[in-house]
Amino acid sequence: MNSGGMNSRIGYIAFNTFREAVRDRVLYNLIAFALLLSGAAILVGEISIDIERLVVVNLGLTAVSLFGVVIAIFIGIGLVSKEIDKRTLYTVLSRPVRRWEFVVGKFFGLTGTLVVNTFLMAIGVFLALLYVAHKFEKMDVWVLVALYFIVLQFLIVCALALFFSSFSTPLMSAVFSFALFVIGSLAEDLRGFARITHGVGGWVATAIAYLVPNFSALNVISQVAHGDPVPGRLILYNTVYALLYSAMAISGAVLIFQRRNLK
Amino acid sequence: MSATRRVNLVAIAVLFFSMAGAMAALHAIDYLRRGSVAQDALYLRSSKVLRRLSLGYTGLLADIYWTRAVQYFGEQHHAGSRDFRLLAPLLEVTTELDPRLLPAYQFGANFLAPQPPNGAGLPESALSLTKYGIEHNPEQWRLYYNLGFLHYMEFKDYAGAADAFAQGAKLPVTNALMSILAARMAQHAGEFDTARMLWVTTYQSTKDALIRENAVEHLLALQVDEDVTRLEQVAEKYHEQTGRLPASMGDLERAGFIHGTPADPKGRPYKLMPDGRIEVQDPESLYFITKGLPPGAAPPQPRPVVKPDSK
Amino acid sequence: MAAIEILDLEKCYLVGFWRKRRKLALRPLRLTIEEGEVFGFLGPNGAGKTTTLKLLMGLVFPTAGSARILGMDMDDPRVKSQIGFLPEQPYFYDHLSARELLNYFGQLSGVPAKGRSARVEQMLARVGLSDSAGMQLRKFSKGMLQRVGLAQAILHDPKLVFLDEPMSGLDPMGRREVRDLIQQLRHEGKTVFFSTHILSDAEALCDRVGIIHQGELRGVGAIAELTSERQGKIEIIFHAQKVPAGLTSLGAEARVSGDMVNAVLPEEQQDAALEVLRRDGLKLISLTPVRSSLEEYYIQKLRPTDVQREVRQEDDRKGVGV
Repeated sequence: MNSGGMNSRIGYIAFNTFREAVRDRVLYNLIAFALLLSGAAILVGEISIDIERLVVVNLGLTAVSLFGVVIAIFIGIGLVSKEIDKRTLYTVLSRPVRRWEFVVGKFFGLTGTLVVNTFLMAIGVFLALLYVAHKFEKMDVWVLVALYFIVLQFLIVCALALFFSSFSTPLMSAVFSFALFVIGSLAEDLRGFARITHGVGGWVATAIAYLVPNFSALNVISQVAHGDPVPGRLILYNTVYALLYSAMAISGAVLIFQRRNLK
Repeated sequence: MSATRRVNLVAIAVLFFSMAGAMAALHAIDYLRRGSVAQDALYLRSSKVLRRLSLGYTGLLADIYWTRAVQYFGEQHHAGSRDFRLLAPLLEVTTELDPRLLPAYQFGANFLAPQPPNGAGLPESALSLTKYGIEHNPEQWRLYYNLGFLHYMEFKDYAGAADAFAQGAKLPVTNALMSILAARMAQHAGEFDTARMLWVTTYQSTKDALIRENAVEHLLALQVDEDVTRLEQVAEKYHEQTGRLPASMGDLERAGFIHGTPADPKGRPYKLMPDGRIEVQDPESLYFITKGLPPGAAPPQPRPVVKPDSK
Repeated sequence: MAAIEILDLEKCYLVGFWRKRRKLALRPLRLTIEEGEVFGFLGPNGAGKTTTLKLLMGLVFPTAGSARILGMDMDDPRVKSQIGFLPEQPYFYDHLSARELLNYFGQLSGVPAKGRSARVEQMLARVGLSDSAGMQLRKFSKGMLQRVGLAQAILHDPKLVFLDEPMSGLDPMGRREVRDLIQQLRHEGKTVFFSTHILSDAEALCDRVGIIHQGELRGVGAIAELTSERQGKIEIIFHAQKVPAGLTSLGAEARVSGDMVNAVLPEEQQDAALEVLRRDGLKLISLTPVRSSLEEYYIQKLRPTDVQREVRQEDDRKGVGV
C-alpha cells in the first residue's frame, strides 16, 4: 500500500482545509475578539482595583473557549457537511484519495486552524493581562494550562463536528454539536445525577453520562483566575482522554463515511 | 481482503480501543476530581451573580447545585472525612436559586446539624436554612417538622419544638403525628416513645434514601437503648430482691423477670456483665446507641450508607 | 483491453417516508467500452446517466453487479490515478484560485512536485483560463467553472476520462472548444466516456453511443452505422390529394400536406412504387434515399416496446417503480 502517498495526501488535505478556513471568516473574529478584550480590560480598570486580573482571565478565557467552540462547529460543519452537500467532494474523491484519508485530513486541518486561532487569541489575553497587571506573575503559568485544556476541548469538538457531518445535514450537525457541547459541560453533574438515580433510569443516565464528552474537567478557568494550580496528573489524564475521545469520534466518522452514498 | 474492508476493520478496532481507553481515563479524572466539583461550584458564591449567569434557567442551576451537594456529602462520608465545610454553602446557594426545592431543606435539616462524620456539625446553619425554607414555603408541614426536630434533637429545646410542631399541625395539609408530637413535648419529651415517634415521622416525611436509612439506624439504636435501660433496671431489681447480682440471663429468667433470651434488633442476645450492666454483642454494628457499650467506648460510627461509586 | 466493463450494475433506492418503496435508478446495466473510443451516453434528464457515472466513480455504491475499469476492479484505489472525472455543474472551493485548486488536485492525484506547476499552467492555457488563474473561484461564472472542471479532469494525464454533461453552461464558442478538446483527447489515444442529452454533439464526436432511459439501457450502436446513408428506404414526394391504395399495400408510410404526398418505403419497392404513380397518373416531384439520423434512433429507443411495457406494468404492480 502506498503509505508515503497516504501521509502526503492527508497532509495536502489538512493544509488545504486550513487554507480554506483561514480565508473564510476566521480572520474577522480575531479582530473582533481582540477589540472586545481590550475594551473589557479598559472597562474593568475603571471599576475596581483588586479584581481586574480575575475578570480579564475569566472573561478572556471564556471568550476564547466559547468563540473557539462556535468557530470549530461552524467551520467544521462548513468544511465537511457543506462540501458533501455542494458536491465539491466529487472531484476530490475521483482522485486516488481514500475516504478515510479525507476525514482524517479534514480533522487535522480543522484542529490546526483552531490551534492557530487559539494561539492568536491567547496573545490577546496575555496582552490584556499585561495591561491591567502591568507585569506577569508566576501564577500566569496556569493560564497557559487553561489554554491548553481549551485546545483539547477544540480537539473533541472538531472530532464531533466531523462525526455528525459524516451522516447529517449541515444544520443538524451544527445543532447536535452544540447540544453535545452544552451537555458535555455539565458532564460531571450528569454523572453525579446518574449515581443517585436508581433503576433503569440510572443505567440510562450512567451510559449517557459516560459517553458524553467530558468538557467539565477541561474547564479550569475559575481555578486559574484565582491563581490556583492545576495538578499535573489532571493534565496527563485530560490529554489522554481528549486524544482517545477524538479518536473514537473520528473512527466513527470514518466508518459511517465509508458506506455513505453521496447524493 | 479488499482495501475497504481493511479500513473498516481498523476503524472498528480504533473505535473500541479508544472508547475503552477514554472511559478509563474518564474514571481516573473523576477520581482525581472528587471534591473539586463542589469546590469549583463555589468559586461563584453570590447567588445574584449566578442568577444572572444562568440566563433565567435558575431552576436548572439549582438542581445542578443540589446534585453537587448530595454528591459532595456522599463523597466525604465515603472517605470517612470529618470535613463537610462545603455542605452549608452548597445548600445555601441551591435554596437561594430555588427557594422551593424542598429536598434541599430536608437534606440540610438531617445532615447539617449532627456532628461529623455523620453531618457537618452546624446546627445553627441547619436551623437558619430550615427557617428560610419555612419563610418561602409556609404551607409545607415537613419544614415545620424539621424545625421541631432540630429544636428537639440538637438544642434540647422542647418548648421550641412543641411550638414548631403545633404550627405545623395547624396547616391544611399535614401529618397526623404533628399534633401528637406537639402534645408530647410538654410532659414526655425525654421519653423513648417520643424520640421513636420523631424518627418514624422523619422516615415518613421523605423519599430520600439517605435520610431514611439514617432514620432506621436511629430507630434501631433507640430500641437498643430502651432494651438496655430496661434490662439494667431488671438486674437492679434482682439485686435488691436477692441481695446479689445475677450471674446470667438464665438467673433473671428463672426469677421470672424476663421471658426467653432478650436480643437486640439484629437478633443477637444481650450480654449480662458481672457488674450488672448490659452490653451489646457487637457494638460496631449498632450505630447511634448510647447504652450497652463497654466502658470508655465511643459510640460507633456508621459506615457509609450510600457509596458514591456504586450502583 | 476493454477500458470499462460494466457487469449488471444496478442501483436501487429506498424512498418514501418509511423508506419502504423501492426505486430503481439503474436497472442491471451491461456495457463494454473499448480503449481509445469516444463513447456517448445519451438520455433525457433523470435517465440514469449521472447515477451510472457516480457508481463508476465510487461516490455511490451499487446494490448489485460490478464493473472493471482499465482491467481493475472499480473499488481499487489504483484506478483513480488513471481516470479523470468532470461532474455535472461542478462546484469547487470558494476561496481558492483556479491555479491553487489545480495544484491541490495535482497533489492529490500524485502528480510529481517537480513538473506540477508547469503542468498546471499548461492545463489552464488549454482550457483558456490563463488570465483568470489567480482569481478566487467564488467569482467564476458557470462557464469558467466548467472549464476548471475540465482542466482538473485531465490534469494528471489520465487514460480514461469521464465527463458528465461537459457542454452544459457553455456558450457556442465554449462548446466548440470543448468539442475540440475531446477530439484532441481522442487523438492522444485516451478513452472518453461522456454523457449528454444533446444529440448533435454526440453525433459529431462519438464512435459509439448508448441510449439510456428510465434507468435502462435501450440500445447501443456505432454512430457510423446508425447514421449511414442507406437505411434501405427511399422517400418519394409527389402531387396528389390522397395516398394511393397501391402505395399503402407496398408498406409505405405516407403523409399528406396540402396537394402533396410524402411517402417513405423500402428501397426494393422503388420500381413498384413508381409504377403505381405512373398508373395513377400522379406527378413525381422528388425521389431521395432516406438518411436515418441519430435522432430517429434515439426517439425510437425511448419508446417502450411491448415487452418492456409489460415488464414495467409487472414491476409497478409489485411496487418496484421507476
